[in-house]
Amino acid sequence: MVDEAHRAEDRSEVRLGSSDDHPLLPLVARGLQFGINGRRIINDVSFWIGSSGRTVILGPNGAGKSVMLRLCHGLLQPTSGEIRWGELSVARAREQQAMASQHPVLLRRTVTGNLLHVLRVKGVPKAERQALVDAALQQAGLAGLGSRAARTLSGGQQQRLAIARAFVLKPAVLLLDEPTANLDPAAVRGVEELIGAIGAAGTKILMTTHDIAQARRLAADVMFLNDGRLLEHAPAAEFFTAPKDPAAARFLAGELPD
Amino acid sequence: MNEFSSAIGAALSMIVTLEADLVEIVLLSLQVSLSAVAIASVIALPLGALIALQSFPGRRGVVILLNALMGLPPVVVGLLVYLLLSRAGPLGPMGLLFTPTAMIIAQSIIVLPIIAALSRQTIADLHEEYDEHLRSLGCSPLQSVATLLWDGRFRLLTAIMAGFGRAIAEVGAVIIVGGNIQHATRVMTTTIALETSKGNLALALGLGLILVTLALGVNATALVISDAARRRYG
Repeated sequence: MVDEAHRAEDRSEVRLGSSDDHPLLPLVARGLQFGINGRRIINDVSFWIGSSGRTVILGPNGAGKSVMLRLCHGLLQPTSGEIRWGELSVARAREQQAMASQHPVLLRRTVTGNLLHVLRVKGVPKAERQALVDAALQQAGLAGLGSRAARTLSGGQQQRLAIARAFVLKPAVLLLDEPTANLDPAAVRGVEELIGAIGAAGTKILMTTHDIAQARRLAADVMFLNDGRLLEHAPAAEFFTAPKDPAAARFLAGELPD
Repeated sequence: MNEFSSAIGAALSMIVTLEADLVEIVLLSLQVSLSAVAIASVIALPLGALIALQSFPGRRGVVILLNALMGLPPVVVGLLVYLLLSRAGPLGPMGLLFTPTAMIIAQSIIVLPIIAALSRQTIADLHEEYDEHLRSLGCSPLQSVATLLWDGRFRLLTAIMAGFGRAIAEVGAVIIVGGNIQHATRVMTTTIALETSKGNLALALGLGLILVTLALGVNATALVISDAARRRYG
Protein backbone atom coordinates (compact mmCIF):
# COMPACT_ATOMS: atom_id res chain seq x y z
CA MET A 1 0.00 0.00 0.00
CA VAL A 2 2.76 2.37 1.00
CA ASP A 3 4.77 1.22 -1.95
CA GLU A 4 1.83 1.95 -4.26
CA ALA A 5 1.46 5.52 -2.98
CA HIS A 6 5.17 6.05 -3.24
CA ARG A 7 5.21 4.97 -6.84
CA ALA A 8 2.29 7.20 -7.80
CA GLU A 9 4.10 10.13 -6.28
CA ASP A 10 7.27 9.16 -8.05
CA ARG A 11 5.61 9.44 -11.43
CA SER A 12 4.91 13.12 -10.71
CA GLU A 13 2.03 13.06 -13.16
CA VAL A 14 1.04 16.51 -14.40
CA ARG A 15 -2.59 17.02 -15.21
CA LEU A 16 -2.81 19.37 -18.14
CA GLY A 17 -5.95 21.01 -19.43
CA SER A 18 -9.45 21.00 -18.12
CA SER A 19 -10.82 18.02 -20.04
CA ASP A 20 -12.47 20.04 -22.78
CA ASP A 21 -15.65 18.78 -24.35
CA HIS A 22 -14.00 16.12 -26.46
CA PRO A 23 -15.16 12.51 -26.91
CA LEU A 24 -11.73 10.92 -26.45
CA LEU A 25 -10.28 13.09 -23.70
CA PRO A 26 -8.73 12.98 -21.25
CA LEU A 27 -6.02 10.70 -22.59
CA VAL A 28 -4.68 8.89 -19.56
CA ALA A 29 -1.69 6.59 -19.38
CA ARG A 30 -0.56 4.83 -16.23
CA GLY A 31 2.64 2.90 -15.61
CA LEU A 32 3.29 2.32 -19.28
CA GLN A 33 6.07 -0.12 -20.11
CA PHE A 34 7.11 -1.43 -23.46
CA GLY A 35 10.04 -3.60 -24.37
CA ILE A 36 11.29 -5.76 -27.19
CA ASN A 37 13.72 -8.61 -26.66
CA GLY A 38 14.39 -7.53 -23.11
CA ARG A 39 15.25 -3.97 -24.17
CA ARG A 40 13.08 -1.37 -22.47
CA ILE A 41 11.85 1.24 -24.91
CA ILE A 42 9.16 2.88 -22.78
CA ASN A 43 9.86 2.92 -19.08
CA ASP A 44 7.14 3.63 -16.50
CA VAL A 45 5.40 6.48 -18.29
CA SER A 46 2.24 8.09 -16.92
CA PHE A 47 0.43 11.17 -18.11
CA TRP A 48 -2.91 12.89 -18.24
CA ILE A 49 -3.91 15.08 -21.19
CA GLY A 50 -7.22 16.88 -21.03
CA SER A 51 -6.75 19.76 -23.42
CA SER A 52 -7.68 19.50 -27.07
CA GLY A 53 -4.73 21.73 -27.99
CA ARG A 54 -1.78 20.29 -29.89
CA THR A 55 0.37 18.02 -27.76
CA VAL A 56 3.93 17.54 -28.98
CA ILE A 57 6.05 14.61 -27.84
CA LEU A 58 9.57 16.03 -28.02
CA GLY A 59 12.86 14.27 -27.61
CA PRO A 60 16.02 13.11 -29.35
CA ASN A 61 16.05 10.27 -31.84
CA GLY A 62 15.64 6.91 -30.15
CA ALA A 63 13.84 8.37 -27.15
CA GLY A 64 10.81 6.17 -27.80
CA LYS A 65 8.54 8.85 -29.29
CA SER A 66 7.24 6.78 -32.20
CA VAL A 67 6.65 3.81 -29.93
CA MET A 68 4.69 6.03 -27.53
CA LEU A 69 2.50 7.24 -30.38
CA ARG A 70 1.88 3.67 -31.56
CA LEU A 71 1.00 2.57 -28.04
CA CYS A 72 -1.53 5.40 -27.82
CA HIS A 73 -2.99 4.38 -31.21
CA GLY A 74 -3.07 0.70 -30.27
CA LEU A 75 -0.72 -0.47 -33.01
CA LEU A 76 1.56 -1.79 -30.27
CA GLN A 77 0.47 -3.42 -27.02
CA PRO A 78 2.19 -2.23 -23.83
CA THR A 79 4.12 -4.84 -21.87
CA SER A 80 2.34 -3.47 -18.83
CA GLY A 81 0.37 -0.41 -17.87
CA GLU A 82 -2.80 1.04 -19.29
CA ILE A 83 -4.00 3.73 -21.67
CA ARG A 84 -7.52 5.07 -21.87
CA TRP A 85 -9.03 7.67 -24.17
CA GLY A 86 -11.85 9.21 -22.15
CA GLU A 87 -14.22 6.35 -21.43
CA LEU A 88 -12.82 4.19 -24.22
CA SER A 89 -10.18 1.53 -24.52
CA VAL A 90 -7.40 2.12 -27.03
CA ALA A 91 -8.92 -0.35 -29.49
CA ARG A 92 -12.33 1.33 -29.44
CA ALA A 93 -10.86 4.82 -29.53
CA ARG A 94 -8.90 3.99 -32.68
CA GLU A 95 -12.13 4.03 -34.68
CA GLN A 96 -12.23 7.79 -34.12
CA GLN A 97 -8.55 8.35 -34.79
CA ALA A 98 -6.21 8.45 -37.74
CA MET A 99 -2.45 8.38 -38.03
CA ALA A 100 0.12 9.58 -40.53
CA SER A 101 3.73 8.62 -40.15
CA GLN A 102 7.17 9.86 -41.10
CA HIS A 103 7.31 7.61 -44.15
CA PRO A 104 3.69 7.78 -45.24
CA VAL A 105 2.31 4.55 -46.65
CA LEU A 106 0.75 5.81 -49.84
CA LEU A 107 -1.14 3.21 -51.82
CA ARG A 108 -0.05 2.44 -55.37
CA ARG A 109 -2.95 4.43 -56.74
CA THR A 110 -3.76 7.96 -57.73
CA VAL A 111 -4.03 10.76 -55.19
CA THR A 112 -7.82 10.53 -55.42
CA GLY A 113 -7.60 6.73 -55.20
CA ASN A 114 -5.78 7.03 -51.87
CA LEU A 115 -8.53 9.20 -50.43
CA LEU A 116 -11.32 7.05 -51.86
CA HIS A 117 -9.78 3.94 -50.30
CA VAL A 118 -10.28 5.35 -46.79
CA LEU A 119 -13.85 6.38 -47.57
CA ARG A 120 -14.66 2.94 -48.95
CA VAL A 121 -13.11 1.13 -45.98
CA LYS A 122 -15.04 3.35 -43.59
CA GLY A 123 -18.29 2.72 -45.45
CA VAL A 124 -19.00 6.26 -46.63
CA PRO A 125 -21.90 6.19 -49.14
CA LYS A 126 -20.78 6.58 -52.73
CA ALA A 127 -22.73 9.79 -53.27
CA GLU A 128 -20.84 11.59 -50.50
CA ARG A 129 -17.32 10.53 -51.47
CA GLN A 130 -16.50 12.99 -54.22
CA ALA A 131 -17.31 16.05 -52.12
CA LEU A 132 -15.08 14.77 -49.28
CA VAL A 133 -12.26 14.05 -51.73
CA ASP A 134 -12.50 17.52 -53.24
CA ALA A 135 -12.53 19.18 -49.83
CA ALA A 136 -9.49 17.18 -48.69
CA LEU A 137 -7.54 17.99 -51.87
CA GLN A 138 -8.43 21.65 -51.51
CA GLN A 139 -7.36 21.79 -47.87
CA ALA A 140 -4.07 20.02 -48.54
CA GLY A 141 -3.26 22.27 -51.48
CA LEU A 142 -3.39 19.33 -53.85
CA ALA A 143 -6.31 20.47 -56.00
CA GLY A 144 -5.54 19.59 -59.60
CA LEU A 145 -3.26 16.71 -58.64
CA GLY A 146 -6.08 14.23 -58.03
CA SER A 147 -5.25 12.03 -61.00
CA ARG A 148 -1.49 11.90 -60.32
CA ALA A 149 -0.03 8.67 -58.97
CA ALA A 150 0.43 9.30 -55.25
CA ARG A 151 3.98 8.03 -55.16
CA THR A 152 5.16 10.38 -57.86
CA LEU A 153 4.37 13.47 -55.77
CA SER A 154 7.15 15.46 -54.09
CA GLY A 155 8.02 14.65 -50.47
CA GLY A 156 6.04 17.58 -49.09
CA GLN A 157 3.05 16.80 -51.28
CA GLN A 158 3.16 13.15 -50.22
CA GLN A 159 3.16 14.12 -46.56
CA ARG A 160 0.30 16.59 -47.08
CA LEU A 161 -1.64 13.87 -48.88
CA ALA A 162 -0.99 11.43 -46.03
CA ILE A 163 -2.26 13.98 -43.49
CA ALA A 164 -5.23 14.95 -45.66
CA ARG A 165 -6.06 11.26 -46.08
CA ALA A 166 -5.89 10.76 -42.31
CA PHE A 167 -8.10 13.81 -41.79
CA VAL A 168 -10.58 13.19 -44.62
CA LEU A 169 -13.27 11.94 -42.22
CA LYS A 170 -12.47 14.53 -39.53
CA PRO A 171 -11.34 12.10 -36.82
CA ALA A 172 -11.52 13.21 -33.20
CA VAL A 173 -7.79 12.61 -32.83
CA LEU A 174 -4.98 12.83 -35.35
CA LEU A 175 -1.64 11.19 -34.53
CA LEU A 176 1.37 12.40 -36.47
CA ASP A 177 4.76 10.73 -36.28
CA GLU A 178 7.58 13.11 -37.27
CA PRO A 179 5.43 14.55 -40.05
CA THR A 180 8.15 16.82 -41.42
CA ALA A 181 11.32 14.77 -41.03
CA ASN A 182 13.32 14.79 -44.28
CA LEU A 183 11.41 17.74 -45.78
CA ASP A 184 12.90 21.01 -46.97
CA PRO A 185 11.84 24.24 -45.20
CA ALA A 186 9.24 25.24 -47.79
CA ALA A 187 7.62 21.81 -47.58
CA VAL A 188 7.75 21.93 -43.78
CA ARG A 189 5.84 25.20 -43.86
CA GLY A 190 3.12 23.65 -46.03
CA VAL A 191 2.73 20.66 -43.74
CA GLU A 192 2.69 22.80 -40.58
CA GLU A 193 0.04 25.09 -42.03
CA LEU A 194 -2.11 22.04 -42.74
CA ILE A 195 -1.56 20.75 -39.20
CA GLY A 196 -2.48 24.18 -37.85
CA ALA A 197 -5.72 24.28 -39.83
CA ILE A 198 -6.68 20.79 -38.69
CA GLY A 199 -5.96 21.62 -35.04
CA ALA A 200 -8.01 24.81 -35.32
CA ALA A 201 -10.97 22.77 -36.58
CA GLY A 202 -11.16 21.01 -33.19
CA THR A 203 -9.27 17.78 -33.86
CA LYS A 204 -6.92 16.80 -31.05
CA ILE A 205 -3.41 16.46 -32.44
CA LEU A 206 -0.77 14.31 -30.81
CA MET A 207 2.50 14.49 -32.69
CA THR A 208 6.12 13.58 -32.27
CA THR A 209 9.12 15.61 -33.35
CA HIS A 210 12.80 15.93 -32.54
CA ASP A 211 12.78 19.47 -33.97
CA ILE A 212 12.75 22.01 -31.12
CA ALA A 213 11.81 24.90 -33.38
CA GLN A 214 8.85 22.97 -34.72
CA ALA A 215 7.70 22.11 -31.20
CA ARG A 216 7.91 25.82 -30.35
CA ARG A 217 5.77 26.70 -33.36
CA LEU A 218 3.11 24.04 -32.89
CA ALA A 219 2.87 22.86 -29.29
CA ALA A 220 0.23 23.82 -26.76
CA ASP A 221 1.85 21.40 -24.34
CA VAL A 222 5.08 19.44 -24.54
CA MET A 223 5.94 15.97 -23.31
CA PHE A 224 9.72 15.61 -23.12
CA LEU A 225 10.75 12.02 -23.63
CA ASN A 226 14.29 10.81 -23.20
CA ASP A 227 15.55 7.24 -23.15
CA GLY A 228 12.06 5.85 -22.73
CA ARG A 229 11.19 8.04 -19.76
CA LEU A 230 8.76 10.95 -19.64
CA LEU A 231 10.94 13.56 -17.95
CA GLU A 232 8.67 16.57 -18.18
CA HIS A 233 5.12 17.38 -19.24
CA ALA A 234 4.30 21.07 -19.22
CA PRO A 235 2.48 23.82 -21.12
CA ALA A 236 4.67 24.95 -24.01
CA ALA A 237 5.25 28.47 -22.66
CA GLU A 238 6.49 27.08 -19.38
CA PHE A 239 8.56 24.30 -20.92
CA PHE A 240 10.44 26.52 -23.35
CA THR A 241 11.15 29.38 -20.94
CA ALA A 242 11.93 27.42 -17.80
CA PRO A 243 12.25 23.69 -18.23
CA LYS A 244 12.32 21.94 -14.88
CA ASP A 245 14.14 18.85 -15.99
CA PRO A 246 17.92 19.21 -16.41
CA ALA A 247 18.01 16.85 -19.40
CA ALA A 248 15.25 18.88 -21.07
CA ALA A 249 17.16 22.08 -20.41
CA ARG A 250 20.28 20.60 -21.99
CA PHE A 251 18.27 19.38 -24.98
CA LEU A 252 16.72 22.85 -25.45
CA ALA A 253 20.16 24.44 -25.17
CA GLY A 254 21.24 22.32 -28.10
CA GLU A 255 23.59 20.09 -26.18
CA LEU A 256 23.96 16.58 -27.46
CA PRO A 257 22.66 13.87 -25.13
CA ASP A 258 25.36 11.81 -23.45
CA MET B 1 22.10 -26.00 -95.41
CA ASN B 2 19.97 -25.81 -98.52
CA GLU B 3 17.38 -28.03 -96.91
CA PHE B 4 17.40 -25.80 -93.86
CA SER B 5 16.76 -22.60 -95.76
CA SER B 6 14.02 -24.16 -97.85
CA ALA B 7 12.45 -25.37 -94.60
CA ILE B 8 12.48 -21.83 -93.27
CA GLY B 9 10.89 -20.62 -96.47
CA ALA B 10 8.19 -23.26 -96.22
CA ALA B 11 7.66 -22.44 -92.56
CA LEU B 12 7.23 -18.74 -93.26
CA SER B 13 4.79 -19.39 -96.08
CA MET B 14 2.77 -21.65 -93.75
CA ILE B 15 2.57 -18.85 -91.22
CA VAL B 16 1.74 -16.19 -93.78
CA THR B 17 -0.95 -18.28 -95.48
CA LEU B 18 -2.33 -19.42 -92.11
CA GLU B 19 -2.08 -23.05 -93.12
CA ALA B 20 -4.99 -25.00 -91.57
CA ASP B 21 -2.99 -27.63 -89.63
CA LEU B 22 -0.71 -25.03 -88.17
CA VAL B 23 -3.58 -22.78 -87.10
CA GLU B 24 -5.39 -25.70 -85.48
CA ILE B 25 -2.30 -26.64 -83.48
CA VAL B 26 -1.61 -23.10 -82.35
CA LEU B 27 -5.22 -22.57 -81.28
CA LEU B 28 -5.28 -25.82 -79.30
CA SER B 29 -2.02 -24.85 -77.59
CA LEU B 30 -3.47 -21.50 -76.59
CA GLN B 31 -6.74 -23.07 -75.46
CA VAL B 32 -4.98 -25.64 -73.27
CA SER B 33 -2.41 -23.30 -71.72
CA LEU B 34 -4.78 -20.35 -71.19
CA SER B 35 -7.33 -22.64 -69.54
CA ALA B 36 -4.65 -24.15 -67.33
CA VAL B 37 -3.41 -20.71 -66.29
CA ALA B 38 -6.96 -19.49 -65.62
CA ILE B 39 -7.76 -22.51 -63.43
CA ALA B 40 -4.42 -22.34 -61.64
CA SER B 41 -4.83 -18.59 -61.01
CA VAL B 42 -8.27 -19.00 -59.44
CA ILE B 43 -6.72 -21.36 -56.90
CA ALA B 44 -3.19 -19.93 -56.64
CA LEU B 45 -3.94 -16.23 -56.05
CA PRO B 46 -6.15 -16.72 -52.97
CA LEU B 47 -3.80 -19.50 -51.81
CA GLY B 48 -0.78 -17.21 -52.14
CA ALA B 49 -2.60 -14.42 -50.29
CA LEU B 50 -3.71 -16.81 -47.55
CA ILE B 51 -0.20 -18.15 -46.97
CA ALA B 52 1.19 -14.62 -46.99
CA LEU B 53 -1.31 -13.20 -44.50
CA GLN B 54 -2.34 -16.07 -42.25
CA SER B 55 0.21 -17.30 -39.77
CA PHE B 56 -0.14 -20.96 -38.88
CA PRO B 57 2.20 -23.65 -37.59
CA GLY B 58 4.45 -24.91 -40.34
CA ARG B 59 4.02 -21.89 -42.59
CA ARG B 60 7.74 -21.65 -43.25
CA GLY B 61 7.74 -25.24 -44.42
CA VAL B 62 4.80 -24.58 -46.71
CA VAL B 63 6.56 -21.57 -48.21
CA ILE B 64 9.73 -23.56 -48.85
CA LEU B 65 7.71 -26.41 -50.37
CA LEU B 66 5.78 -24.01 -52.58
CA ASN B 67 8.96 -22.39 -53.85
CA ALA B 68 10.53 -25.79 -54.46
CA LEU B 69 7.46 -26.92 -56.39
CA MET B 70 8.11 -24.13 -58.90
CA GLY B 71 10.75 -26.45 -60.29
CA LEU B 72 8.40 -29.42 -60.63
CA PRO B 73 9.57 -31.48 -63.67
CA PRO B 74 6.72 -31.57 -66.22
CA VAL B 75 7.39 -35.19 -67.20
CA VAL B 76 6.86 -36.29 -63.62
CA VAL B 77 3.61 -34.32 -63.42
CA GLY B 78 2.64 -35.94 -66.72
CA LEU B 79 3.38 -39.35 -65.32
CA LEU B 80 1.34 -38.73 -62.15
CA VAL B 81 -1.63 -37.37 -64.06
CA TYR B 82 -1.32 -40.30 -66.47
CA LEU B 83 -1.51 -42.74 -63.56
CA LEU B 84 -4.53 -40.89 -62.16
CA LEU B 85 -6.40 -40.85 -65.45
CA SER B 86 -5.38 -44.19 -66.97
CA ARG B 87 -8.05 -46.87 -67.16
CA ALA B 88 -6.82 -48.59 -64.01
CA GLY B 89 -6.31 -45.29 -62.16
CA PRO B 90 -8.70 -43.71 -59.64
CA LEU B 91 -10.11 -41.26 -62.19
CA GLY B 92 -9.93 -43.74 -65.07
CA PRO B 93 -13.69 -44.15 -65.50
CA MET B 94 -13.97 -40.47 -66.47
CA GLY B 95 -12.20 -41.28 -69.73
CA LEU B 96 -10.11 -38.14 -69.75
CA LEU B 97 -6.76 -39.59 -70.78
CA PHE B 98 -5.57 -38.38 -74.21
CA THR B 99 -8.00 -35.44 -74.25
CA PRO B 100 -7.27 -31.68 -74.03
CA THR B 101 -8.87 -31.79 -70.56
CA ALA B 102 -6.12 -34.11 -69.35
CA MET B 103 -3.53 -31.69 -70.75
CA ILE B 104 -5.22 -28.78 -68.97
CA ILE B 105 -5.16 -30.69 -65.69
CA ALA B 106 -1.45 -31.50 -66.04
CA GLN B 107 -0.48 -27.94 -66.96
CA SER B 108 -2.60 -26.49 -64.14
CA ILE B 109 -0.60 -28.59 -61.69
CA ILE B 110 2.69 -27.40 -63.18
CA VAL B 111 1.68 -23.74 -63.18
CA LEU B 112 -0.13 -23.54 -59.85
CA PRO B 113 2.97 -23.48 -57.58
CA ILE B 114 4.59 -20.85 -59.81
CA ILE B 115 1.68 -18.44 -59.55
CA ALA B 116 1.05 -19.23 -55.88
CA ALA B 117 4.70 -18.76 -54.85
CA LEU B 118 5.16 -15.52 -56.80
CA SER B 119 1.88 -14.05 -55.60
CA ARG B 120 2.63 -15.06 -52.02
CA GLN B 121 5.91 -13.14 -52.25
CA THR B 122 4.18 -10.11 -53.76
CA ILE B 123 1.42 -10.03 -51.15
CA ALA B 124 3.85 -10.65 -48.28
CA ASP B 125 6.09 -7.75 -49.37
CA LEU B 126 3.16 -5.39 -49.78
CA HIS B 127 1.65 -6.48 -46.49
CA GLU B 128 4.83 -5.74 -44.61
CA GLU B 129 4.67 -2.21 -45.98
CA TYR B 130 0.91 -1.65 -45.62
CA ASP B 131 0.19 -3.51 -42.39
CA GLU B 132 0.40 -0.56 -40.02
CA HIS B 133 -1.69 1.67 -42.27
CA LEU B 134 -4.36 -0.99 -42.72
CA ARG B 135 -4.55 -1.66 -38.99
CA SER B 136 -4.70 2.06 -38.25
CA LEU B 137 -7.63 2.32 -40.65
CA GLY B 138 -9.35 -0.61 -38.99
CA CYS B 139 -9.59 -2.67 -42.20
CA SER B 140 -11.35 -6.01 -41.95
CA PRO B 141 -9.32 -9.03 -43.16
CA LEU B 142 -11.31 -9.03 -46.38
CA GLN B 143 -10.72 -5.31 -46.96
CA SER B 144 -7.01 -5.83 -46.31
CA VAL B 145 -6.79 -8.65 -48.83
CA ALA B 146 -8.71 -6.62 -51.41
CA THR B 147 -6.37 -3.66 -50.90
CA LEU B 148 -3.26 -5.81 -51.21
CA LEU B 149 -4.48 -7.68 -54.29
CA TRP B 150 -5.43 -4.45 -56.04
CA ASP B 151 -2.18 -2.66 -55.20
CA GLY B 152 -0.22 -5.74 -56.24
CA ARG B 153 -2.21 -6.20 -59.44
CA PHE B 154 0.63 -5.56 -61.87
CA ARG B 155 3.06 -7.82 -60.10
CA LEU B 156 0.38 -10.48 -59.84
CA LEU B 157 -0.22 -10.17 -63.56
CA THR B 158 3.49 -10.74 -64.08
CA ALA B 159 3.22 -13.90 -61.95
CA ILE B 160 0.34 -15.13 -64.08
CA MET B 161 2.28 -14.44 -67.26
CA ALA B 162 5.27 -16.33 -65.89
CA GLY B 163 2.90 -19.25 -65.40
CA PHE B 164 1.64 -18.94 -68.97
CA GLY B 165 5.17 -18.84 -70.35
CA ARG B 166 5.93 -22.05 -68.54
CA ALA B 167 2.72 -23.79 -69.66
CA ILE B 168 2.91 -22.91 -73.34
CA ALA B 169 6.55 -24.04 -73.62
CA GLU B 170 6.15 -27.26 -71.66
CA VAL B 171 6.30 -30.56 -73.58
CA GLY B 172 6.90 -33.38 -71.09
CA ALA B 173 3.47 -33.45 -69.45
CA VAL B 174 1.24 -32.84 -72.46
CA ILE B 175 2.92 -35.48 -74.57
CA ILE B 176 2.30 -38.11 -71.87
CA VAL B 177 -1.29 -37.28 -70.96
CA GLY B 178 -2.31 -35.91 -74.37
CA GLY B 179 -0.67 -38.55 -76.53
CA ASN B 180 0.03 -36.13 -79.38
CA ILE B 181 -2.98 -37.34 -81.38
CA GLN B 182 -3.46 -35.55 -84.71
CA HIS B 183 -6.48 -33.19 -84.81
CA ALA B 184 -7.17 -33.98 -81.14
CA THR B 185 -4.34 -33.33 -78.69
CA ARG B 186 -1.50 -32.09 -80.83
CA VAL B 187 -0.02 -28.82 -79.53
CA MET B 188 2.98 -26.79 -80.66
CA THR B 189 5.62 -28.39 -78.46
CA THR B 190 4.55 -32.00 -79.09
CA THR B 191 4.26 -31.37 -82.83
CA ILE B 192 7.74 -29.88 -82.97
CA ALA B 193 9.13 -32.96 -81.19
CA LEU B 194 7.30 -35.33 -83.53
CA GLU B 195 7.86 -33.52 -86.84
CA THR B 196 11.54 -33.00 -86.12
CA SER B 197 12.03 -36.71 -85.55
CA LYS B 198 10.10 -37.40 -88.75
CA GLY B 199 12.29 -34.97 -90.65
CA ASN B 200 9.40 -32.62 -91.50
CA LEU B 201 11.33 -29.51 -90.60
CA ALA B 202 9.00 -26.97 -92.23
CA LEU B 203 6.09 -27.48 -89.83
CA ALA B 204 8.44 -27.88 -86.86
CA LEU B 205 10.24 -24.66 -87.69
CA GLY B 206 7.03 -22.75 -88.36
CA LEU B 207 5.62 -23.76 -85.01
CA GLY B 208 8.99 -23.10 -83.39
CA LEU B 209 8.95 -19.56 -84.70
CA ILE B 210 5.44 -18.96 -83.40
CA LEU B 211 6.29 -20.52 -80.02
CA VAL B 212 9.40 -18.41 -79.61
CA THR B 213 7.51 -15.29 -80.60
CA LEU B 214 4.74 -16.08 -78.10
CA ALA B 215 7.12 -16.91 -75.26
CA LEU B 216 9.29 -13.85 -75.83
CA GLY B 217 6.22 -11.70 -76.40
CA VAL B 218 4.63 -12.76 -73.12
CA ASN B 219 7.83 -12.13 -71.18
CA ALA B 220 8.40 -8.78 -72.85
CA THR B 221 4.81 -7.75 -72.18
CA ALA B 222 5.14 -8.73 -68.53
CA LEU B 223 8.30 -6.64 -68.24
CA VAL B 224 6.79 -3.65 -70.01
CA ILE B 225 3.68 -3.78 -67.83
CA SER B 226 5.54 -4.02 -64.53
CA ASP B 227 8.00 -1.37 -65.63
CA ALA B 228 5.25 1.03 -66.68
CA ALA B 229 3.36 0.33 -63.46
CA ARG B 230 6.44 1.06 -61.38
CA ARG B 231 6.97 4.35 -63.14
CA ARG B 232 3.30 5.22 -62.93
CA TYR B 233 2.45 4.13 -59.39
CA GLY B 234 5.81 3.65 -57.68
